[in-house]
Amino acid sequence: MLVYTLKRSFVAFLILIVVSGLTFSLSHLSADPALTIGGEQASDEDIEAIRKFYGFDRPIYEQYFSWLGRALQGDFGESYHYKQPVVDMISGRIGTTMTLGVLAILFALIVSIPLGTVAAMRPNSLIDRFALLIAVFGQALPTFWFALMMIIVFGVWWRMLPISGNTTWAHFVMPTIALGYYATPALMRLTRAGMIEVLESDYIRTARAKGLSPTSILFKHALRNAIIPVVALAAVWFGFMLGGSIVIETIFNLKGIGWLSYDALLRSDLPVVQAIVLIFASFYVVLTLLADLLNAYLDPRISVR
Amino acid sequence: MHLKSLVKFATAAVMGTMLSTTAMAGPDDDSLIIAWGSTGPIEHVDNYVNTNRTGIWFSRMVWDQLIYREPKTFEYKPLLAESWEQLSDTVWQFNLREGVKFHNGEPFDADDVVYTLNWISNPDNGVKVQRNVNWIKEARKVSQYTVDLEMKRPFPQAFEFLSGPITIYPNEYYSEVGPDGMHKQPIGTGPMKVVSIKTAEEYVFERNPDYNWGSPKGEAQVSRMVVREIADVQTQIAELLAGGIDITADISADHVDQIGGVPGLTALQAGTMRTGYIGFDAANRSGHEPVNNLKVRQAMAHAIDRESLVKNLIRGDAGVIHTPCFPTQFGCDVNAAVKYDFDPDKAKALLAEAGYPDGFDIEFYTFRPADWAEAIMGDLAKVGIRATLTKMPYFALRDKQRNEGTTPMFLMDWGSYSMNDMSAITSHFFKKGPDDFALDDEVAAWLETGDTSSDAAVRKENYAKAIAKITGELYWLPMFNHVRNYGYNEQLNFIPYQDEIPRFWQYGWKS
Repeated sequence: MLVYTLKRSFVAFLILIVVSGLTFSLSHLSADPALTIGGEQASDEDIEAIRKFYGFDRPIYEQYFSWLGRALQGDFGESYHYKQPVVDMISGRIGTTMTLGVLAILFALIVSIPLGTVAAMRPNSLIDRFALLIAVFGQALPTFWFALMMIIVFGVWWRMLPISGNTTWAHFVMPTIALGYYATPALMRLTRAGMIEVLESDYIRTARAKGLSPTSILFKHALRNAIIPVVALAAVWFGFMLGGSIVIETIFNLKGIGWLSYDALLRSDLPVVQAIVLIFASFYVVLTLLADLLNAYLDPRISVR
Repeated sequence: MHLKSLVKFATAAVMGTMLSTTAMAGPDDDSLIIAWGSTGPIEHVDNYVNTNRTGIWFSRMVWDQLIYREPKTFEYKPLLAESWEQLSDTVWQFNLREGVKFHNGEPFDADDVVYTLNWISNPDNGVKVQRNVNWIKEARKVSQYTVDLEMKRPFPQAFEFLSGPITIYPNEYYSEVGPDGMHKQPIGTGPMKVVSIKTAEEYVFERNPDYNWGSPKGEAQVSRMVVREIADVQTQIAELLAGGIDITADISADHVDQIGGVPGLTALQAGTMRTGYIGFDAANRSGHEPVNNLKVRQAMAHAIDRESLVKNLIRGDAGVIHTPCFPTQFGCDVNAAVKYDFDPDKAKALLAEAGYPDGFDIEFYTFRPADWAEAIMGDLAKVGIRATLTKMPYFALRDKQRNEGTTPMFLMDWGSYSMNDMSAITSHFFKKGPDDFALDDEVAAWLETGDTSSDAAVRKENYAKAIAKITGELYWLPMFNHVRNYGYNEQLNFIPYQDEIPRFWQYGWKS
């Protein structure tokens, strides 16, 4: 298990290094950053001065290693546009993104686990078909479209929920549903499959034979076992939601990390883009690593392989 | 009960307690809620650190300039300076207004003007747009309300800058807090006082009660104003429809009809001085042979139906432009321009004369809506020119143009930084800088003379020569002026301006 953990950790570290290198080089190749920093009004002298000031005239590998060295010490530099330390900008906005991510994954779990369980208890019934319908819709509907539809119905027509901003908890209702709904199908299908498998296992049959109540069998014995892979998958989905909230944050004008990355990309604010990609990649890699380790712990055959 | 009502009732029961505390827009509370931000939020509220257009909008609310440029007539009027006099080719003397106070109570006088002008003209202080300030040599205090401004050379565009990007700061406050302090709590003499700032999210203003000294900018028409930075235009529109905001200046032409059809709302397409053009690589940096041929460029000019493009796609107050500048700008002599009418037969004849009777292939670049470019490509195809469109983000395209020079033909535009002087556009593109695809020595020399002479007649004469040659040689095919699309509550007294700067404090509610 220790060897497996070290191997997986090393791979995770390599992934982060590759991600950082790719992000750095691609963002520098997309456009001359001095031009974007200077804006439309900048003269040639302004742009040349910016190029020298930020060191864009140095070879790109030099710029990369210089950035990486500082990043490893937790210094991601200063935003070209906002003139603020990137760490401060991210820490000021991570709360919104974490709130949205946690609420969305909770929403997904609250919807998917009961639906998946009920569907497994009555396979091919009307409720199972209904659950399948929800799953198909969740995977087929583009998130941005679903978000806009909710805005039209609940924000514009009925004026029940605020459309944009993050000043009250009501502002998080529509973004949570829009983001969480996307994760619901996968979690629900996994719950359903796991429950069907567990409900047909010998120990559940034994429990029934011993006369345990259906509620006790369902919650104490079946669900507790069937839910383990769902939790592991939810961890990965949580990482995905933190990184994948760009569209939702932009549509609902939630000024979190997703919105910040969208803004930074528009402006080629490279220090911000690089830091966010690295942080999100770290989230994702760490959560995937934890899920792998959890699976290996639950099923030791994985670490032997 | 109808299904819609049933769902509404059920949802209301569940979410009844969730009703937001967000303020609703409208005339009831004498406030105005504005949405902007589709081009990104203001990076820094300090006027000298900002490059974003919305930052310019912000600055006009909070700070004043020495001179006021009347936005409809472009006439210069006294603002913080009551009068002025030219002492020599390079020195102007300004007599300042007495009795003006900054928002923090600091009285305005010559010390503030001298401090501001000397601070911004010092390159070490890092003013972001150096071209706005690098013509200033020194400001000197003559008396408590008199200042001399010395320029490095004769600079006939000085008043455009003194009535535009150069705003006056309170010397005591700014010397203490610097740009970051000004970003957190801006202090000016303008019609609106800043109450609170949440960077990239929300700015709250209130009426400046001391702005009653007869400023030509006028007093604020509402007591409170909130600006919300909303990046997504669809969200801005949803907020407008739901009554969450009163006005947005970010919508596209497609939204104008939709919003205009909603009861209580109206939409407007207001003409601006942003000038669209098709640029040709006449200097042949891209190695594309046909565009290096004048007859081919003339054929393209005759092949494109600009009137139809303006009428059907740009719409609003847009119009065809024949000059490489906006007609209201100083020196932009429409009569000097060579004009090209829509004549496909003539275009075909010119192509045959140029040796391309069957047309040719060409790459066409833009960052603007693809339908504009596609309409142009359709016209070109009718005379045999097969254009392939590449749509790129603005800065990526400019980078490609400047550093690679591989763009034989491109649809671009220029807003002239809202300056009403043709040096802000024509001189930028035709004085052999990296955006110059003509590299014409003669044109560059005429423009240089026009830019530096203090004699208005000499300026006009040289600018006219440059316009004649640029349009005669078709280095550019001027296309049309752009419109800015506004959607707003129909109860609002809204006035659009050609310089693309909404004066939000002037907009009050109809009684």
